[in-house]
Amino acid sequence: MKLNEIVQKLNGKVLHSKINLDAEVKGAGGADLMSDVLASIQPQAILLTGLCNPQVVRTAMMADVLAIVLVRGKTPPVETVQLAEKEHIPLISTPFGMFEACGILYQAGLSCLERPVSDQDCFAS
Amino acid sequence: MPVSFLNLKMTEQTPLRKSSLISDQEAENITRVEELAYEIKVQEVMTPNPITMTTSMKMREVLEQFRVARISGAPIVEEGQLIGIISIEDLIRCLIKADLEAEIQKYMTHNPFTVKGDDPVVEALKMFVSTKVGRLPVINKEGQLIGILTKGDITRGLLKALQQDYQTEEVRRYRASHLFEDIESERTSLILRYNIKAGDFTHGGEASSKIKRALSRMGASPQIARRCGIATYEAEMNLIIHTTEGGVIRVEIEPHQISIDVYDSGPGIQDVELAMKPGYSTASEKVRELGFGAGMGLVNISRCVDIMKLESVWGKGTRLRMKIFLKKEDTVGEGHAAKSLEEK
Repeated sequence: MKLNEIVQKLNGKVLHSKINLDAEVKGAGGADLMSDVLASIQPQAILLTGLCNPQVVRTAMMADVLAIVLVRGKTPPVETVQLAEKEHIPLISTPFGMFEACGILYQAGLSCLERPVSDQDCFAS
Repeated sequence: MPVSFLNLKMTEQTPLRKSSLISDQEAENITRVEELAYEIKVQEVMTPNPITMTTSMKMREVLEQFRVARISGAPIVEEGQLIGIISIEDLIRCLIKADLEAEIQKYMTHNPFTVKGDDPVVEALKMFVSTKVGRLPVINKEGQLIGILTKGDITRGLLKALQQDYQTEEVRRYRASHLFEDIESERTSLILRYNIKAGDFTHGGEASSKIKRALSRMGASPQIARRCGIATYEAEMNLIIHTTEGGVIRVEIEPHQISIDVYDSGPGIQDVELAMKPGYSTASEKVRELGFGAGMGLVNISRCVDIMKLESVWGKGTRLRMKIFLKKEDTVGEGHAAKSLEEK
């Protein structure tokens, strides 16, 4: 699926111009916890998140995220948009909530690019 | 849909591609062309100070000017302000009527479409498509004529920028990826140091981005660059979140391994074993709002590196040492990565 199809399906707003809407998206992941993104998302996925600070862009860069989708119609602070523009990370805002946005993309056939983080890691005692 | 339109346009105009098949390399270039169309300003590619005509001129003079200067169009200026444009098509209409003694006003286009000098090139491209004109006068904020723009100017400008761009990155990559090749020593390494300020959330991740980029340029595989990026990023955020005075990230790059050392002078960790436990965190609510502080940082780091050692003395400081070993095919700075790419 191409990035511009995702923008259309999510009724999305593209937040800066350094974006290649023809980029091919392999899959997606959704998380608000940046450490979860770093641990579980596969390269070239798009990230759906409710977080809007510049750290989202940094996280995306480290984890080779293809594009960031901000859910619940959030408008990020200027610093976030500027950093995303500088680093050429597409930033898209959608009015849909996390649950609905993920659902729409999943139904449209986009696959999951989140790797399960094992139980042992999360609940070790 | 400006982007796809631009694709189409460049395919039409540039003689770059001989076959109809587009390789990955070329596809990459198209993307960059699109970016450049947004980055480059009209005034950077236009022809400045074009030949202009005045309203007092006759069509015969226009013909003479076109012939002498070998141009096919010119803007018409009155007291510094652009008032019209005359093109070879207008001249042909005039010639058909054998009307060369007519005033320029009779054949010129009044109030022509214009672009502003500080508009991005993509705006001009859109206008060329929607208006079907062959040239656009370029004006400044005060409405004064500063240049003229044709589609050819845009193509030339983009190709020039693309070439510069490509060469700079190629040279950088080549240099960096062969860094160790010609240096003889018992053990050669490159050390990168970054000072991280406590509480500096705005710049959180900047050092890690630079480290990741440096490794990519030195020929590290995407996987290695990513592992290093994630590990240093979590460590960098830890310095920002937890330290009193900030700390240092020191990365030593050798052909066979990357050693990352992150240290600070306080406050230290009270219980190192507890800190390593997934889900354990002392982070504040503010930090959690940023998407960190869930007690997963150290766990993430240990997943990304081959060796990890955390030492801390409460009240003194913390030192986190990490190592990533590079297999023969992943070695950096020796040109191997570049060589294997060539073989493909």
